[in-house]
Amino acid sequence: MQATTTLLIDGLVYASYLFIVSVGLTIVFGVMKILNIAHGGFYAWGAYAAAYSIGVAAHFGLPDWIGFIMIGLSSLCVGFIFGFLIERLILRRLYHHEEVIVLLATFGLFLVLEDLILLVFGVNPYFAYQPMVYLGSVEMGGISRDVYSLSLIILACVVAFVCWYILSLTKWGKILATVIYDREISLAIGINVTTIYVWTFIFGATLGALGGAYIAPTISVAPGISIDVIVLSFAVVVIGGMGSIPGALIGAAMVGMLRAFAVHQFPELELFVVFAVMAIVLMIRPEGLFAPVKARRI
Amino acid sequence: MIIKALSADRTISWVVASFAILAIVGLMVPNWVLNGTMFGLARGLAVLGLLVLWRTGLVSFGHALYFGLGAYAVALLEKYTGVSDVFVRLAVALATAAAVGFMLGFVLRNHRGIFFAMLSLAFSMVLYGVLIKSEALGSTDGFSVSQTTILGWQPETKYPLFLTIILTGVVAAVGMQIYFRSALGHLTTAVRDNEIRVEYLGYSVAQAIHIKYVLSAALTGAAGGLFAMALGQVDPDSMVNWTVSGELVFISILSGPGSVAAPFIGAVAFEFLRTFAFELAPHAWQLIVGGTLLGIILFLPRGLWSLIERLPMRQERDRE
Repeated sequence: MQATTTLLIDGLVYASYLFIVSVGLTIVFGVMKILNIAHGGFYAWGAYAAAYSIGVAAHFGLPDWIGFIMIGLSSLCVGFIFGFLIERLILRRLYHHEEVIVLLATFGLFLVLEDLILLVFGVNPYFAYQPMVYLGSVEMGGISRDVYSLSLIILACVVAFVCWYILSLTKWGKILATVIYDREISLAIGINVTTIYVWTFIFGATLGALGGAYIAPTISVAPGISIDVIVLSFAVVVIGGMGSIPGALIGAAMVGMLRAFAVHQFPELELFVVFAVMAIVLMIRPEGLFAPVKARRI
Repeated sequence: MIIKALSADRTISWVVASFAILAIVGLMVPNWVLNGTMFGLARGLAVLGLLVLWRTGLVSFGHALYFGLGAYAVALLEKYTGVSDVFVRLAVALATAAAVGFMLGFVLRNHRGIFFAMLSLAFSMVLYGVLIKSEALGSTDGFSVSQTTILGWQPETKYPLFLTIILTGVVAAVGMQIYFRSALGHLTTAVRDNEIRVEYLGYSVAQAIHIKYVLSAALTGAAGGLFAMALGQVDPDSMVNWTVSGELVFISILSGPGSVAAPFIGAVAFEFLRTFAFELAPHAWQLIVGGTLLGIILFLPRGLWSLIERLPMRQERDRE
């Protein structure tokens, strides 16, 4: 019983983390048809910016809860600056290329973002444990867990709710649905598709950065952290269906639970199961488990 | 008859001649240049494998699978049987990759575009996931590969291995050139342009893609085997991880699909670009590489080879 609870909570925490990182990736693909490897770069930048600013705040003796504001601020900054610059300066020139070529271009961007981190922050790891210490720990099923990790679940729910709200209940959501359905017709009826693309990309980048920023206090922020993360979020997005937000939710839940189960029962299969499932899904239903077959929706 | 047909093809004579010159130059250069060229040519062989697919309009984002399979086949062969002969090693690397490529080909031949790229990625990450978690296969550290022998003879320098790589490169490049000139090879671009028309001509698109996929896997596997022999070491992160696949695709973009010689030029250029970037700016070499990739996609979509195609003497010849 206790083992099951532990496994469930582990899986849920990991799934929430994966969802926050992957949802931006899936939104950008849904709207712009770009499978964005550079999303991993936003993740890493978010993590570094948060770890650095939390460190600075601690240096000036500010209270530990300031860390949460720093996390929000750094993901917004990273998302807005990089999202805007990259969409305007580079991706804009690539829209007429094939999807696969754009994928490669984002790989180039990923490499550039990785090294910009080294140039700006250096090679030494950063630690920003203050927000984690601030929230303390709690006894659950006989095991002490830090509240900070559990708060990831709440953050994931908030992110999911915000995405659902924007897409289903606002004017922006309706405009987005139109752009996804048919770009040319949207242009014809007077939707400014360029603006939509810029904002979508900024939104996606901010979510990627938020994933990195929020996880930063629990890890040592060191070069190369995004290499494993980006390929895992690819698996999440592919399993659920590229471009679908409920798909990302279900994909994240599946990968999170599978991985937690593997770590507890068969540690040597940890990565294997995730990518085996990804391969099987692509073989049977390339459009993803929960995506509608024809019309791509978000 | 065959020789006459071969020498009529200018590409083949150029390839053979330049590899012969390279073999002689290899005798005179310092060791680090020889090593760099070996790594470059081995990678070039893998990129030639990608080129076969790219001409069909397919980009595999998981060719590290075959690169890694070739490398690990060589390493495990030695670990369990003690065989270190260069020809056996090469054959085993090639056969392993081709066999796996043949099996996965049944699935991959039905996928196109981004789905092809993602499924290849998934397969390669499955191998990566197995390798980094299994103690028997060396886990994340990998293990070392002993010096290569040639028919029982243990050479003192790396030059014989260099010659082997050159020879494999020539055979592969010439073989591919002949393949591209054949009826099946001409299907390559036809499939990319219009699959339905190819079907109406009476060819099976799925079968054509499957053959290309196995060829591509075999070339990349051989490349992985040679790379492992040249490096004397195998490990998952520098041979099987997705970044390796990305690197290989990067080199094919850098080289361009124009010629069977392009991958080798591109790969050697990449090797030395990286060596010098490492020297000049150790923390910025990925920035240089990534920036180059973006620049090529934006400004030189047919790669370095298109620069050679623009040379005045070639244009004159094409007009003739």
